[in-house]
This record gives sequence, C-alpha cells and structure tokens, in this order.
Amino acid sequence: MSDALWYLGRGTGVVSLVLLTLVVALGVATRSGRPLPGLPRFAVTAVHRSASLLAGVFLAIHVGTLLFDPYAGLNLVSLVVPFSAGAHPFWYGLGALGLDLILALVVTSVLRDRIGPRVWRGIHWAAYASWPIALAHGLGSGSDASTGWMLTITGVCVATVLAAVGWRVSERFAEVPDLAPVPVTAPPLVGTGPPEGPR
Amino acid sequence: MTATLDPPVRTSPLLDATRPPLRPVPLRGAAVIAEVAAAGLTGRGGAGFPMARKLAAVNAAVTVTGRTPVVVGNGSEGEPASSKDRVLLTTAPHLVLDGLAVAADAVGADRAHLVVTPAAVAAVRAAVAQRSDRVPVDVVAAGEHFVSGEETAVVAGLEGRRAVPGDKFRRVVESGVHGRPTLVQNVETLAHLGLIARSGAAWFRSRGTAAEPGTALVTISGAVARPGVFEVDHGAPLRDVVGLAGPRGETPVLVGGFHGAWLAPHEVAGAAFCRASLGTFGASPGAGVLIVLPAGASGLAETARITAYLAGQSAGQCGPCVNGLPRLAAELGRVAAGHGSRPDDRAELYRLAGLTEGRGACHHPDGTVRLVGSALRVFGARS
Amino acid sequence: MTTLHLDWTRCRGRGGCVELLPELIGRDEWGYPLTATDVPVPRALRGAAEQAVRDCPRMALQLSPRFAE
Ligand code: HEM
Ligand SMILES: Cc1cc2nc3c(=O)[nH]c(=O)nc-3n(C[C@H](O)[C@H](O)[C@H](O)COP(=O)(O)O)c2cc1C
Ligand code: SF4
Ligand code: SF4
Repeated sequence: MSDALWYLGRGTGVVSLVLLTLVVALGVATRSGRPLPGLPRFAVTAVHRSASLLAGVFLAIHVGTLLFDPYAGLNLVSLVVPFSAGAHPFWYGLGALGLDLILALVVTSVLRDRIGPRVWRGIHWAAYASWPIALAHGLGSGSDASTGWMLTITGVCVATVLAAVGWRVSERFAEVPDLAPVPVTAPPLVGTGPPEGPR
Repeated sequence: MTATLDPPVRTSPLLDATRPPLRPVPLRGAAVIAEVAAAGLTGRGGAGFPMARKLAAVNAAVTVTGRTPVVVGNGSEGEPASSKDRVLLTTAPHLVLDGLAVAADAVGADRAHLVVTPAAVAAVRAAVAQRSDRVPVDVVAAGEHFVSGEETAVVAGLEGRRAVPGDKFRRVVESGVHGRPTLVQNVETLAHLGLIARSGAAWFRSRGTAAEPGTALVTISGAVARPGVFEVDHGAPLRDVVGLAGPRGETPVLVGGFHGAWLAPHEVAGAAFCRASLGTFGASPGAGVLIVLPAGASGLAETARITAYLAGQSAGQCGPCVNGLPRLAAELGRVAAGHGSRPDDRAELYRLAGLTEGRGACHHPDGTVRLVGSALRVFGARS
Repeated sequence: MTTLHLDWTRCRGRGGCVELLPELIGRDEWGYPLTATDVPVPRALRGAAEQAVRDCPRMALQLSPRFAE
C-alpha cells in the first residue's frame, strides 16, 4: 500500500512539474497577446487557466499522498510551512514554499474579479519564482532525479521555460506595444483674461 | 459694465464681489430640485447637463445604496484658454460656497470638496474661514493637466490617486468619492445656484432664452484688444459677445475652447450664444471659451498645433486616444503645410477621426475630433 | 438587453474579445478592439460575450443589464 502511495506521489510530482512548465509558457504567451499555432488568443488564456487548475489538482494529490506516506514523514504543518519538515527540511521546505506560491497564484486568479487587476498582477509575478522553486524541490528530494527519463523531462521543462522567458524579455515580444507617452507641447493661441474679473 | 454694452451684457451678478454670504440656507431638500428644475439651470463645465436631473440622480443613488453623498465643486479649469472659474473663485468665492452649501443640503451630503486651480486656493480658503457652513468644505488644488478637470479625474484626485479620468461603468452620481454617491458641479453652476437660492427661478429666467435661461461666464482671448472674462446672456448675438473683448477684425472664432468648434466670420455674424444656435454649426457654448483667430493666421496650422497639444494632454491610458490623437495632429499638420491638398489626405483625417471618437474612458478624444472636424469644415476648402 | 462595457484604461489590445465576438468587435490598426465603449449584445451572442469577459487577460470587459447610452 505504501509503495503505491509512493509511486503516486512521485508520478503526480512529475506531472505537476510538466503542467507548471506548460502553465508558465502559456502565461507568457497570454501576456504576449499573440495566438499560438492552433490556439487563438482567447484559447491561450483559457488553456493557461485550465492547465493551472489541473496543476493544482495534481499538486493536491501529490502532497496528499505524501501526507499518508510513512517514508516521507510529513504532517499538515510541514506541508505548508516551509522548512519545517523533520526529514530533508531544505528540499521539502522548497516544496512547501512552491506549493504556497502556486496556491496563492491559483486562488488569487480565481478570485481576481474581487481582488482587482493591480493586486492580482502584482501577485502573479510570483509565478516566476514558483517555477524554479518547484523544480529545485523536485531535483533535490525526488528519488528519480538522476534517472534518464527524469533528466530528459527536466531538460525539456527547463528549456521550455528558458525559451519562454527569453521570448518574454525580447524586443518584439508583445503584439500590441505598451502605450508610450505622447510628447507634451505648449498650448497655442492662448491669451487668457486678467484675474481681476469683468471689464 | 458700461451702458454701451447693453445688450448682451447688463450687469454681472455672478462677479459681484460685495455680496455677503447667504445665511441661513433658504432652500432645502426637494425644494432645491424643484427650484433648479423651474430655473432650467444647466451645467457650465462644458456638457450643459441639467442640474436638476443630476440632483435627482444623486438622491436616487442615495436611496438605493443607503450611503451618504458627497458634493464636489469643480473649479479645476484644465482648459488653458479659460479663466472664468479662477476669476469667479477669486472675485466672488462666497457665491460659489453658497451654491455648494445649498447643493449639499439638497442631497443631504456630509462633506463638500472644492477643487480649484492652484492660483485660487488661498483666496478660497480665506473665504471658507469666514463662514460657518453646516457641511465642512475642504479646498483642494486641482491637477494641472487638460483632463484633470474631468469628473472622474477630480474624484480620483480627491481619493488621493493620480488625477486622471477613469472608467465610467458606474457613474459618478452612483459611485464617486470613495464609492459614495457624488454630485460634481462646475463652480459657475454652483454660483448660479447660489443666486437662484436668493432670488428664485423666475429671476434667473429673466435673462437668457426660454430654452436656455440665464447667463454664462465667457473667457475671450486670441486676437482681441481686451481679453478677459465677461458675463453674457444665453442667446446673445455671438458677434456682440465677441465684441465685448474688441476683436481685431472679422476672423474665424473657436467657440467652446479646445474641445470646441470653429465658426467662420459670416457664421459668427449670424449665430447666437446658445446651444440651439451654435449646434447648427456643430458647436456648443461649452465652458464659454471663445478664441479669435488672428488675421493672417492659418486656421488649419493653429488647429494642428492645438491638436498636438491635446494629444500631449492625453492621460495616456486608452489605446485609441494615445495612438489616434498624435496621428490626427500629424495628418492635420501635413494638410496645413499644403501637402494635403489631395482628397485622400482629408479622407485619412476623417478615417482617423472615426477610429478615435467614442473610444476612450473620457470624452477627450471626442472633443479633439470635434475640433479637427470643424477645422476641416471651416478651413478645409482653402488649403 | 445586455450591454458589454469596455474599460479602455485596462484594455491593452490582447485581442481575445475580437476573436470571440467578431460580429460585434473588430480590430483597429493599433490592435485595439474596434467598438464603442458600450455595445448591446444580442441574445445569440450572450455566451460568447460571457466568455470574452472571463477570458480577457486585462479584466477590461464587463456585462451589465443596462442599455448602452
Ligand atoms: C486560475 C489560474 C490562473 C489564471 C486565471 C491566470 C491568468 C493569467 C493571465 C490572464 C495572464 C496574462 C496577464 C497579462 O496579460 O497581463 C497570466 C500571465 C501569467 N501567468 Fe497566470 N493565471 C493563473 C495561474 C497561474 C499559475 C499557477 C502560474 C504559475 C505557476 C501562472 C503563471 C503565469 C505567468 C508566468 C504569466 C506571464 C506573466 C508576465 O510575464 O507578465 N499563472 N496569467
Ligand atoms: C477632458 C475633460 C475635461 C474637463 N475639464 C473640466 C474642468 O476643468 N472643469 C469643469 O468644471 N468641468 C470639466 N469637465 C466636465 C466635467 O467632467 C463635468 O461634466 C462637470 O464638472 C460637471 O459640472 P456641470 O454639470 O456643472 O458642468 C471636463 C470634461 C472632460 C471630458
Ligand atoms: S480617453 Fe485619453 S484622456 Fe481620456 S482617460 Fe483615456 S487616455 Fe486619458
Ligand atoms: S480581450 Fe480584453 S485586453 Fe484584449 S482586446 Fe479585448 S478588451 Fe482588450
């Protein structure tokens, strides 16, 4: 039984990483305002959202299984409070931190109508921190990290996110450029009246 | 006022510096709305909206939301060619404060803000200190951009945000300062209210026309001998109104300010200073700004410069405004410079105007399009 | 009739609404939705309009029961 949990925990962890990679890449694509091959603009946003919700589900299973897995030795507190785990406090701590960030990203996004665009966008920058944290957590605490298939998956994920971020900071990233300020000129033809009033 | 200026100007009740504050407030609640409706008072900040309807809308919002409303006197006067609000506020601040007090009582506000040009802050604060109004008045310096006086920009400034216009999904009367129902009126509108509270609707209607009763302050500038602020009757011949400032020659006049419209000299001669008459030329009294084009100046070139100025005054928030206004200015500049004699160039201007109009959070693009359209109408044939 | 309201201060021309509501919204040469600030939405397009509101990356769209002014 606990072997099954362990496999489930590992498997959902890997799937979560892949989904989060997709989520980050699609988030960047959403920000670009450009369609992707086979995905119109509105669908890029919609898939970004769906994939992040799905990632949330897989993360929930991932941590849920670990909770019941005697090998991991985790309790509810150590799942959400970073660096509080008894075993592997650093690597499991990264996992807890990543989980908190991603939960915050998903919850604020689902409630963004109430939160308002400014605060929501501010929190959304945490996406760029959450992904490397999740990756490091997987590399440090995963028992498959050095297997060939896991190295391949990790490599593809890293390449995808690096490519997305490289695109994000490139010159012609956004389809519609940010609004540039219009030069200010002095008002012509104006000779206004004196302050003393009627004449 | 000299007797020779009669009509259109007889006296200037608005700019009487000697009138003492009104105390106590003689009209309250529903009586104010009834009197304002009977007087037919409309807004003097540019749009000419009936004040009675705005009062009623605020009261309705108060009933729906259960929140205490706020009243705001708008003396921002972002239009550089206007000085009537500053002159009014420095000459007769108590009249504006009277109107603010009456308006506050009419809607049951517990807070009044007076947003004024920085130059008038000291004078208005001094006047406030001489009074004992039920509702405390706080005097605030306005932002100094063209669009700072737009009502949602005023509300934003009062909330401590940058004074730029905002979206109007919820109207200011429903949800203004800190989400409270909010009455924003131009300070001249409030001054008229102060007079109506004293003398009544019938007195107010003794000047102006039946459809557009009362007087208005105008600021006349440009090629005139005596630029300044004058109180004139609605419906007065436009030529006589402009004549108050001593125009140097019969040249086109920009009516309604930078968001206004040009009238050719023969149109100035035939028009009256009221919505009904000016409307037939695509113009309106606006906030009473009249600019006389200097003889020999190119109307198209001046309009291109005004348009470039207006483009630079965009709050920089809405795509069509930020992209469209500089293009309009540049195209008009080309037409003015004589590169635009081909019909295609004018077609391009009309196309850009269509792309810009009605596509912003505020009416800044619309006013700019109106100006450009009128310049093409009045000066277009000559290029 | 339902009205689709566009907050121009939020919109940055990401174009999703243009794809979802081609009957109501075009695209201008700068990439911004070519429409008035308030557009009446026919009943048949109600679903697409709701999706446009949900999927606008900039939260620039809102539906209201009010008539366009
Ligand atoms: C229900 C959940 C989510 C929704 C509705 C959502 C929505 C969005 C939207 C609309 C944008 C575009 C913002 C813009 O164009 O200004 C965006 C960007 C982005 N999202 Fe999400 N998101 C969600 C969850 C997540 C999660 C969980 C992550 C990461 C792990 C993430 C990562 C990103 C990234 C990296 C960007 C690009 C940000 C930028 O560079 O400007 N999102 N998201
Ligand atoms: C771009 C723009 C600038 C404006 N500037 C002013 C201003 O400086 N002062 C003013 O009273 N109204 C200004 N208005 C009009 C206000 O939005 C508002 O309609 C007015 O203050 C209401 O008062 P009223 O009904 O008494 O005229 C402006 C409107 C626009 C679109
Ligand atoms: S329309 Fe122009 S001036 Fe008005 S809020 Fe938008 S960007 Fe600012
Ligand atoms: S989807 Fe939103 S941001 Fe994109 S064009 Fe439409 S309103 Fe603007």
